Amino acid sequence: MPKSLFQKVWDAHTVRTLANGQTQLLIGTHLIHEVTSPQAFGMLRDLGLKVAYPHRTFATVDHIIPTNELVEPYADSLAQAMMDEIRKNCAEFGITFFDRASGKQGVVHIVGPEQGLTQPGTTIACGDSHTSTHGAFGAIAFGIGTSQVRDVLATQTMALGVLKVRRIEVNGKLRPGVYAKDVILHIIRLTGVNGGTGFAYEYAGSTFDAFTMEERMTVCNMSIEGGARVGYVNPDETTFAYLKGRPYSPKGAEWDAAVTRWKSYASDPGATYADVMKIDAADIAPSVTWGINPGQGISITENVPSPENATSADEKAGIIEALEYMKLPAGKPIKGTKINVAFLGSCTNGRLSDFREVAKYVKGRKVAAGVKAIAVPGSQIVALQCEKEGIDKVLSEAGFEWRAAGCSMCLAMNPDKLIGDQLCASSSNRNFKGRQGSITGRTILMSPVMVAAAAVTGAIADAREVFSVN
Amino acid sequence: MALAKITSLTGRAVYVPGNDIDTDRIIPARFMKCVTFDGLGEFVFFDVRHDPQGNKIEHPIDKPAHKGATILLSGANFGCGSSREHAPQAISKAGFKAIIAENFAEIFFGNSTTLGMPCVTAAREDIAKIAAAVEADPQTEITIDLVKLEARFAGQTVKIAQRESARDALVNGRWDAIGELIDGKADVLKTAATLPYLAA
Ligand code: SF4
Repeated sequence: MPKSLFQKVWDAHTVRTLANGQTQLLIGTHLIHEVTSPQAFGMLRDLGLKVAYPHRTFATVDHIIPTNELVEPYADSLAQAMMDEIRKNCAEFGITFFDRASGKQGVVHIVGPEQGLTQPGTTIACGDSHTSTHGAFGAIAFGIGTSQVRDVLATQTMALGVLKVRRIEVNGKLRPGVYAKDVILHIIRLTGVNGGTGFAYEYAGSTFDAFTMEERMTVCNMSIEGGARVGYVNPDETTFAYLKGRPYSPKGAEWDAAVTRWKSYASDPGATYADVMKIDAADIAPSVTWGINPGQGISITENVPSPENATSADEKAGIIEALEYMKLPAGKPIKGTKINVAFLGSCTNGRLSDFREVAKYVKGRKVAAGVKAIAVPGSQIVALQCEKEGIDKVLSEAGFEWRAAGCSMCLAMNPDKLIGDQLCASSSNRNFKGRQGSITGRTILMSPVMVAAAAVTGAIADAREVFSVN
Repeated sequence: MALAKITSLTGRAVYVPGNDIDTDRIIPARFMKCVTFDGLGEFVFFDVRHDPQGNKIEHPIDKPAHKGATILLSGANFGCGSSREHAPQAISKAGFKAIIAENFAEIFFGNSTTLGMPCVTAAREDIAKIAAAVEADPQTEITIDLVKLEARFAGQTVKIAQRESARDALVNGRWDAIGELIDGKADVLKTAATLPYLAA
């Protein structure tokens, strides 16, 4: 029977079936960060348990870490306490911790791949919903809650129900100015925010074949925004080339054996899927959200929807609520909406290729007067490489604040926050009410180059026009 | 580890209407700067219970008539967004023991079940009936029966549903998997030995 990658990896990691019918699944690689792990270590202590496989858990700090303050103690004593806690827990339980001093710290979903920890055919868990990012390598990666973090620490396994697999095929060449971010915003717009519930997504098709690993990660990252717990791309030469020579990648003879094994996990031709969705790459345009969930998106050339055009009472109520919060006029173009803040970064779009692409376009330009623009590399390694290439200079000269690695304004658990009802053009992944740190703050999600276009014009803009892309 | 068998529970309810109520709404990120879950209860739905200046504004869960309610009623796609267990923990620590909604986001559902806080689904019109009964008399007692898969209130009965693995875990007192996972150790070692990246 031909099988999908999901089935193969699931089967290979199945320990046994539990009494309630769920599977006890072995987790190969466990990633932790400071926000969702301390309570789990507390639970372990309460139960008198140890970490079963300390060498398979890796930690970093990202959510609370200030991006404009490098010296501890941090001004925010709660942030410092969380920092101290993860340090203490890692030391006590023998877990590798990519602290700032290691030069490898960063957003957990950027650090894993960078270190070569994210490998094809493996299972990965992390107490963070964007763990699906790691699926870009052909891993099955689950975002989990803290009790499950405890389970994985204590047993290297967790209890899970099997998922259905939906294959999403995107074929063809993306039009100029269209990015991986637009692909996933387009998909979520089609499925809605809960259309993926109960599914793992297998992304495939010639568009994905041509994508770099960073582009694949951007798409897999936001699988959860469409309700899917897992998203993955089958491993191929692009995957292996990325992994070769990374600190935790297999070396020497082991490398060849690993590649052979990794290849064997790829979905078989003829594998069956619960359903298949097909998208023509040429139909995807630079996209922006207009509402308060990532499914409320349009292409930059469209108008914001009107409640009158809603096809259901629910949709109508959703539009009214969103437009009221976003303070956007119904039925009008979104292009031209004034922005206050531009944010480049996050585990969706805080990688080297994102900053390279932006730098290419903003070189010699200036951030519009009155706009606060910040650029936050996703990891110290991304930061260093950008600095080597002079990208930090290009961005600073344009008027962006160049910051240290972290989640920053993606969820604003650190000092980077919107103020009042500021409108932010953001390369992050969530536009929920209050997401960026002000309870009336407004977020419009888009690709990094679209953020750059908004930053230099001071308004939501079509990057293709601003930067003469065609 | 002996866990309670959660076969049914009875309590008063409060209705928090809306679809796609996300985890940022349930517990804003700034309250996640904590190393334990204790004390999260007071921050549940904080940003919809307070104005931007932090003054209390009207919200169903703050109504005196609903004080002591243990069942939360809501709309579709409840708990979407992040995997933060802080969200179900905040709801639980605020005194809720069960949630009835049209449907739930995946991770939220699993996190809640592991806490022994049943998330059951009901048809929209049935949720409206329960909400109407609660509106008419906040003292209305609702019984969520996980064996018969029904909710009973004010002389009415409506159907509820729950994913079988979760229902089984709750009614049989194995909603927190940790004990069972630990018991599987011998099998874990066997499976790990077949995977080169783990055997190393
Ligand atoms: S960058 Fe944003 S989405 Fe990613 S892990 Fe950090 S807070 Fe979560």
